Amino acid sequence: MRKLGNVIAGGWLAMAGGKSPWGGGKSGGAGDGSSEPANDAANGDADGSVDAPQADPPKGPRNPWASAGDQAPPRRSPSMEDILRPRARKAGGGGGGGGPSFPRLPERPDGKSWAVPIVGAVALLWLGVSTTHVLGSTEQGIVTTLGKYTRTANSGMSFTLPWPIEKMTVADVTSIKRDFIPEGDDEKLMLTSDQNLVNISYLVRWNIKDLKLYNFQLDDPQDTVREVAEAAMRAAVAEVPLKDAMGGSGRAQIEMSVRQRMQAILDAYRSGVMIQGVDIKKTDPPKEVVEAFQKVTAAQQQAQQQVTAAKQWAQQLITQSQGNAAEFNKVYEQYKLAPEVTRRRIYYETMERVLSTNDKIIMEANGVNSYLPLPEIKRRAPASAGEQK
Amino acid sequence: MMRLFEEQKGTIAAIAVLALLAVSSIVIVDETEQAVVLRFREPARVINRFQPGEDFGNTGAGVVFRIPFVESLTLIDKRMLTVSMDRQQVLSTDQQPLEVDAFARFRIIDPVRMVKSAGTTAQAIEQLKPILSSQLRQELGKRSFQSLLTAERGQAMRNIKEGIDREARQYGAQVIDVRIKRADLPEGTPLNSAFARMTNSKEQDSATIVAQGERDAQIIRAEAQATSSKIYADSFGQDANFYDFWRAMRSYEATFANPKNPGQSTIILSPDNDYLRQFRGKGQ
Repeated sequence: MRKLGNVIAGGWLAMAGGKSPWGGGKSGGAGDGSSEPANDAANGDADGSVDAPQADPPKGPRNPWASAGDQAPPRRSPSMEDILRPRARKAGGGGGGGGPSFPRLPERPDGKSWAVPIVGAVALLWLGVSTTHVLGSTEQGIVTTLGKYTRTANSGMSFTLPWPIEKMTVADVTSIKRDFIPEGDDEKLMLTSDQNLVNISYLVRWNIKDLKLYNFQLDDPQDTVREVAEAAMRAAVAEVPLKDAMGGSGRAQIEMSVRQRMQAILDAYRSGVMIQGVDIKKTDPPKEVVEAFQKVTAAQQQAQQQVTAAKQWAQQLITQSQGNAAEFNKVYEQYKLAPEVTRRRIYYETMERVLSTNDKIIMEANGVNSYLPLPEIKRRAPASAGEQK
Repeated sequence: MMRLFEEQKGTIAAIAVLALLAVSSIVIVDETEQAVVLRFREPARVINRFQPGEDFGNTGAGVVFRIPFVESLTLIDKRMLTVSMDRQQVLSTDQQPLEVDAFARFRIIDPVRMVKSAGTTAQAIEQLKPILSSQLRQELGKRSFQSLLTAERGQAMRNIKEGIDREARQYGAQVIDVRIKRADLPEGTPLNSAFARMTNSKEQDSATIVAQGERDAQIIRAEAQATSSKIYADSFGQDANFYDFWRAMRSYEATFANPKNPGQSTIILSPDNDYLRQFRGKGQ
């Protein structure tokens, strides 16, 4: 924007110069070089020589006759002005027609043209725009004087000489630029050390460390940062196996090593770029093998489940045995105090519970055969069973 | 105003001519450019030539004078430039193809030679391109696939750089750095077989993981059983005799007095049974 303003200002200056009768030709000649000035001079001369004959012949013959007709001279004298004026305008117009970009500046309001105030305003504007620079808090500006580096301007207001002499190139220095690689959602496969492929997308954060170097050392610093990032990432990934590239700690290591590599390379280029960080956004298996990777996850879950179930079971078993053992210990403690009594007590109590809930037959003497009644029969004749008791 | 022009036409014209001469004898050389001054199309001197380590502001950049019509300036980029190689297939010693993307960074350090040999930097870049790719193919073709992947570790990149640098010198260029940007398996069979290998290996992994899970579960269960056994042994081992009695009692109760299926057994007792000792009214 500033630059455009300068260009326009420069152009208008040239135009303003070209307002003079023979200036129309000059506006074309200024750019082309040395052959034109000669033409200009010739034009100027030609104009002069044309002027003379046109002005003189009427004067010469009319004067003697003027004494005869009184009205003529007063009418003629303004007409000489008239002759000159249209001629001057004609020359200007002709020049304008020849120069393509300058149709008609002299609009002749009341006598004088607009040229002087316009030229003044443009010059002021040009001075203002090209000498005063206000830089934001994150910006720095490189000032070159006729192409040669002179100084670096910091944030705030600063002044330079007007444009063609001094020039300021402003850049945002402190705010961090972010490069996403790859751009968009493309798959970017990289080979790992075990010759597997991994789809990595990452982010490089950087800023300008030294604006001077950044401006003057590399032909395309931004592109350089990207290319160096790609090379460094590829090299780092090629040094680790797939497992590490995908996993947590390996990832941090890659980020670290890419950052160091990049900084080393860019410093070697004297690029003036500072790498603030490299962040791996995601590491995925290639989409062709995603399914197999998911199977592994499923298998891991399944194995985990089995182990959990076994642990549960084991816990139960141990608790149970601890309970049983504790019970025995308690009973045994008491038993030790009075073994015989406790033993008999337990025996009777148990037998009581056992026999009270079951059918019982008490049979005398050995060697007597008896037919045991089946439980069903007994149930059909509960009375007899009662008698048997 | 007009009159002034009319009267001073000669002077003004002279001034204009002088100004034009002055302008055409002045050239501004930027910090990012080096200029070769050609006198009658022969290189005469170099302005703002690259010097390693020089500081900007102390370089030869700025206003330069020349003799109009006699001397002309050719501007050559002073900055570091890039040669990007087109994608290139490289075959390793173990016959595995790899597609390589590389770039080299260089700088014109001898602008005169550069002007004489290539003319423009764009042309120099065009001429360095095939050199870069042939150097790369030559050097990487000597290596196994595995070492291709980590070419930075070995001598390879240095050799490539030196190789292309030798060639680049004749264009007045110095190669600063060569990097492999990408190294990919070519589309088609090599890529697909890599995918197949990955899938296989992952499926194997899944099977192993499942088996390991089973094994771990089994071990956990066995350990629990052992622990349980030990707890029992420690406890019951205090008195094997009493344990036998006590356990038998528990067992009878569980078998015959189970509240879940009561009264299904018929127990035949002999009067000699110990339980009926008092029943007989015999002894104490």
